[in-house]
Amino acid sequence: MLLAGARSLAVQRIGGVFFSIATFVASLYLVFVVDQVDYLVTQLGQWAAPFGITMVADRFSAVMVAVSSFMGAAVAIYALSEIDEARLRKFFFPLYLVLLLGVNGAFLTGDLFNMFVWFEVMLIASFVLMSMGGEKGELEGGLKYVCLNLLSSALFLAGAGIIYGKIGTLNMADIAQQLAMTDNADWAISSSMLLLVSFGLKAGIFPFFFWLPASYHTPPSAVSAVFAGLLTKVGVYALFRTYTLMFVPIFSEVQTIILWLAILTMVTGVLGAASHFDMRRILSFHIVSQIGYMILGLAFMTPLALAASIFYLVHHIIVKTNLFLVSGVVIRLKGSCDLAKVGGLCNSAPWLAFLFFIPAFSLGGIPPLSGFWAKFALVKSGLEIGSWWPVAIALLVGVLTLFSMTKIWAEAFWKKEPESAALVNVPKPVGPLFYMVMPIAVLAVCTVLIGIFGEPLFAFSERAADQLLNPQAYISAVLPNSVEVSP
Amino acid sequence: MEPLIAVLIGVLFATGIYSLLRRSIVKLVIGVVLISQAANLLVYTSGSLLAGRPALVQSGATVPDAPFGDPLPQAMVLTAIVIGFGLTAFLLALVCRAHEAVGDDDINAFDNTDT
Repeated sequence: MLLAGARSLAVQRIGGVFFSIATFVASLYLVFVVDQVDYLVTQLGQWAAPFGITMVADRFSAVMVAVSSFMGAAVAIYALSEIDEARLRKFFFPLYLVLLLGVNGAFLTGDLFNMFVWFEVMLIASFVLMSMGGEKGELEGGLKYVCLNLLSSALFLAGAGIIYGKIGTLNMADIAQQLAMTDNADWAISSSMLLLVSFGLKAGIFPFFFWLPASYHTPPSAVSAVFAGLLTKVGVYALFRTYTLMFVPIFSEVQTIILWLAILTMVTGVLGAASHFDMRRILSFHIVSQIGYMILGLAFMTPLALAASIFYLVHHIIVKTNLFLVSGVVIRLKGSCDLAKVGGLCNSAPWLAFLFFIPAFSLGGIPPLSGFWAKFALVKSGLEIGSWWPVAIALLVGVLTLFSMTKIWAEAFWKKEPESAALVNVPKPVGPLFYMVMPIAVLAVCTVLIGIFGEPLFAFSERAADQLLNPQAYISAVLPNSVEVSP
Repeated sequence: MEPLIAVLIGVLFATGIYSLLRRSIVKLVIGVVLISQAANLLVYTSGSLLAGRPALVQSGATVPDAPFGDPLPQAMVLTAIVIGFGLTAFLLALVCRAHEAVGDDDINAFDNTDT
């Protein structure tokens, strides 16, 4: 629909913002309804499951849809002032909406092959958004991103193909049911490993994260913000969905692998962040490190740990998107976000310093901001099951996160502006600065609110985690005629 | 028939990975294409290969006579092929532009954004 209006840039802008806000409103309604009825199931085309394509919303997917639509709306407003006319002429906003469609579709689908299709919808939009500008860095980063993601799609397809060949269904609830009934589910390990590698590539877990810091800092900040906030989280969501629903019978055999992957992801991510001097590269490495925390919750697999992970996902999406948006404002003001070249922002833009301060220290886990509660719950759940080493490493990584955040703070905001700082690269402003600052401020307020009044959200996360740990209810909701399987 | 296809899939995966590990970006593209074709074949084979057994329902019956060729993997592979085709076209265009920007076919020259 927006393609028709693309010639008129005003129509594209208004449409992009309007539809992303409308999606957000609809997603809030979805959360409200799902919290009442537990599961919302739609059989597309009225084909009964497991034959047709099923869309399922439980609390976890509903909250993911709501948060990602929220980010979608915030970044759409931000993009008004950052995306230049050349990009708009190449259909920036229609592609952006397609990206959000793919993300939300992947959260809501109950069918493995359908999830593959939503991934592709999301990927093709993200490929174009990433390489749209046609600059050297964008093309290089884009090429790596595209190749790695195509590879991961092929592995996804292979994993799904093995499942279909063995049990003849692709409905995730039906797969879970059939797997629970078979005596010999060893073949499922190979399939689950293929899916683990595929989703791991998308989520950026160790050792598949290398494409992420090499490409996320190249496109405009609005684009990298929405990628950073949403795309890797789709991979995390898919991992959660497969291991809490489909591969429950074999989870004990892969738990150690996931645990070690989570630990290594945390450590390598934060070490990479500590060694870099470009604001957006540091932030990219932080994504990797934070993904490790979420996967750690999955590896613990206790109700509290899963709730902590869900809370962490929500917190992380908001905070990380916000930090990338701040880096975009820094580029707009100073022409660069290389820490060696910028400085003195504390004097020249104290409001920006304040707006950076909130998400940055939330990411580092300073109370009472949202990141503290997320980390606290995760650590507590780890201690409850006596995993001392992972918890110790998680805490150490938290300290290092704080270290690299203070590095950005000290270099970009506190230090005097370097003599050599020439404002030659300052991009020509596209729109008023207000459109860029307003979403940042809203997201920062959200971070504070989640920190101080986080109780309802955490209670919601706990209810969502209970649902995840009770796959039988999911199966019964999707397949009304299913038989009860004793675990 | 299945063992033959299985070997073919294995060979496709192996050649794909070999091409991925070469230093030329064109060979990288070839490798990605080969691997996605291998995955397509794998899904296709998962529906069991039967000749001359269409999934047609006889009049008066509600299910086709067993054994019948499962049409679902074919539909899925068709989807995957179409998606793969579009992505490959985009990838080729991207390689073309990146080659113009970098001026080299060697992957080692693509290190400006590396970390």
